[in-house]
Amino acid sequence: MILTNVTRIDADGRSSTGRHQAGSGTETVDGSGLLLLPGLIDLHAHLREPGFEESETIATGAHAALRGGFTTVCAMPNTQPAMDAPGLVAELTARARVARGARVLPVAAITRGRAGHELADLVELAAAGAVAFSDDGDPVDDARLFRSALEYARGAGRPVFEHSQDRVLSGRGVMHEGAVSADLGLAGLSPAAEETAIARDIAIARATGARLHLQHVSTAAGIDLVRSAKAAGASVTCEVTPHHLALLDEWVAGSRRFAWEPVRGASPPQAPRGVPYDSATKVNPPLRGEADVRALWAGLADGTVDAIATDHAPHASIRKDVEYAEAAFGISGIETALSVLLMAIDARMGELSVVVRALTSGPARVLGLALTDDAIVVDPLREWTVSVEALASRGKNTPLLGRRLRGRVVAAIVDGEVRYADPAWKGARRAEAVAR
Amino acid sequence: MTAAFARRHVLATDDWSRDEIELVMDQGAAMLEVLGRPIRRTPALRGRTVVLFFAEASTRTRVSFELAAKALSADVVNITTSGSSVEKGETLLDTVRTLQALGGDILVMRHSASGAPYFVADRVSGAVINAGDGWHAHPTQGLLDAFTLRAALGDLAGKRVVIAGDVMHSRVARSDIHTLIPLGASVTLSGPPTLMPLAWRCGQAPAGVSYEPDLDRALEGADAVIALRLQRERQEAGLLPSLREYAHVWGLTEERASRMRPGAPVLHPGPMNEGVEIEAAVAHGARSLIERQVTNGVAMRMALLYLLAPAAEVAA
Repeated sequence: MILTNVTRIDADGRSSTGRHQAGSGTETVDGSGLLLLPGLIDLHAHLREPGFEESETIATGAHAALRGGFTTVCAMPNTQPAMDAPGLVAELTARARVARGARVLPVAAITRGRAGHELADLVELAAAGAVAFSDDGDPVDDARLFRSALEYARGAGRPVFEHSQDRVLSGRGVMHEGAVSADLGLAGLSPAAEETAIARDIAIARATGARLHLQHVSTAAGIDLVRSAKAAGASVTCEVTPHHLALLDEWVAGSRRFAWEPVRGASPPQAPRGVPYDSATKVNPPLRGEADVRALWAGLADGTVDAIATDHAPHASIRKDVEYAEAAFGISGIETALSVLLMAIDARMGELSVVVRALTSGPARVLGLALTDDAIVVDPLREWTVSVEALASRGKNTPLLGRRLRGRVVAAIVDGEVRYADPAWKGARRAEAVAR
Repeated sequence: MTAAFARRHVLATDDWSRDEIELVMDQGAAMLEVLGRPIRRTPALRGRTVVLFFAEASTRTRVSFELAAKALSADVVNITTSGSSVEKGETLLDTVRTLQALGGDILVMRHSASGAPYFVADRVSGAVINAGDGWHAHPTQGLLDAFTLRAALGDLAGKRVVIAGDVMHSRVARSDIHTLIPLGASVTLSGPPTLMPLAWRCGQAPAGVSYEPDLDRALEGADAVIALRLQRERQEAGLLPSLREYAHVWGLTEERASRMRPGAPVLHPGPMNEGVEIEAAVAHGARSLIERQVTNGVAMRMALLYLLAPAAEVAA
């Protein structure tokens, strides 16, 4: 379709308003007030298939991704069985093709069965199509094995995505260790458990010269470590998540205040108060404090942070409708990510150009892949309410349920084809007819 | 008495006002009078059902609630489970559905997971009283401690209470703080740093609460002390070197207790490890209000059951 009068922002964050082609077709659609962005790339999503199809499938995840504006998603390998064999990678790719949602890029396990004891067949996994290696969900505790993984990944031309956590130090913690955990009587996850692991991972990466990508960095000190490693020329990249850029540890106690909203008084009236101990707020790394949130935004602004990745972690209700300490970690976030980020930009937490880069060219560089022509159309003013029905993902586990958000993807174009169009958007309906 | 008790549940006292706490304490005083009668029973809750759901071993608190409910002529049902629900294959949600189907006006629950009563209160129609959840809260203990201290010291405004021991893992400490502070008291926490929440040692303690690692100094001129039980597994978890050293540095001895104002009382939620966090001579000495706490506990629980009953009627 051709959008007139649309504001296009490219993968370098440059914007221009006018007439722009989006996908194939020559239907002309009024794009006034809309944003045309490159298709977003999510370095970090859990699609749960095979093994946990009650939480998500490749198809439901790939379609949820499109609704969130992500036309490419990296599927994490913590499936059952773990993504540790070339046949599994090929199967994932085949299923994703049939699903015709977002493009799905397989990330293979670092260790066999993700058990952390011996390397998976990394060379063969790369040949089968794995774009990166990760034991995400868990770190590779064994430093010697982690070093071997980096050496092998370097040979295979792939980055290692590491979930950096010192599990001895973090112990049985279930939320950020701070004043809120003290009040609630919940075991804390020390920020130091992320920081010491990041320091170890960077040291080993520098020793091997391999490409290390640090997943979901959530602490101010973690960002500092990445910043100084980059300054020293290490081949290190990192991502942050939308929930760590917007939500706070106080959400576990029932607050629903975004990091940029005032503590009390002027809170928007539509902001509901949650119940304390809502397991939808349980995520690893945990929601942190305001100083950490500000440090993540500063890292984005100065280029320390390469990508914003959702860590979309859908869970069936049986894994969340339990005591807080027993609940699974994870937030279903791929459909709310862009709205939350646009609201943060409105609140002047960061620049639109920076956020767009971190969702497009940044992650493409981490993967070493060229950008596609995929595109999305966004109505930045469209408001919507997060609800069980509104989410296409099988995972309804988000503390944003009931919350009104602003900014909505109205069309997603993959391979020149409109694969998702908001039924309420007239222009999209016409465009879809053309695409057929 | 002007204020009415408008709470539907008693999960924690962290958002209670002074008026609400005093209302419950005054009701507790009336109940204490009932307990002093030759026939310790009133018909206030006749025809009502109180369900005691204890998912964690407890004798003292359960019996206290049972006596309280029976003194009010309520029917009492006991549901006891052991171990974590996950081990048994029955989730808390399953149990909640069963409890909801069985009915019952007031559910008294004890659970090892912090926050479990919020989960339950969100899903049942009756009133819920938290009888202890993980490290989080034990509101009836907080109320009975405040009641006991008020009886001994009078108005608690301006009084300073020391809470000594394993604050980190103590729901009693949190509920004591959340009851004593609204009444105008201040609280000094004392104990090893490993048993004290990090944030509370670093300037983020709740208003009115401070930390003094040296117990001798903490007790100097204090108006009362609440000693906390030390679980022996804290040593195995690497949180303290030895029970012997703990007793030496943080045990409440007669010598230490005498640093408080003359006659300042000693409380302990029980059960005690005599010779570890408290010396036998102190536990059973003239300052000790530990047995009073047990009696007052029944009265305060009667007060709460009584005050919650009208709400239960509406919800039924």
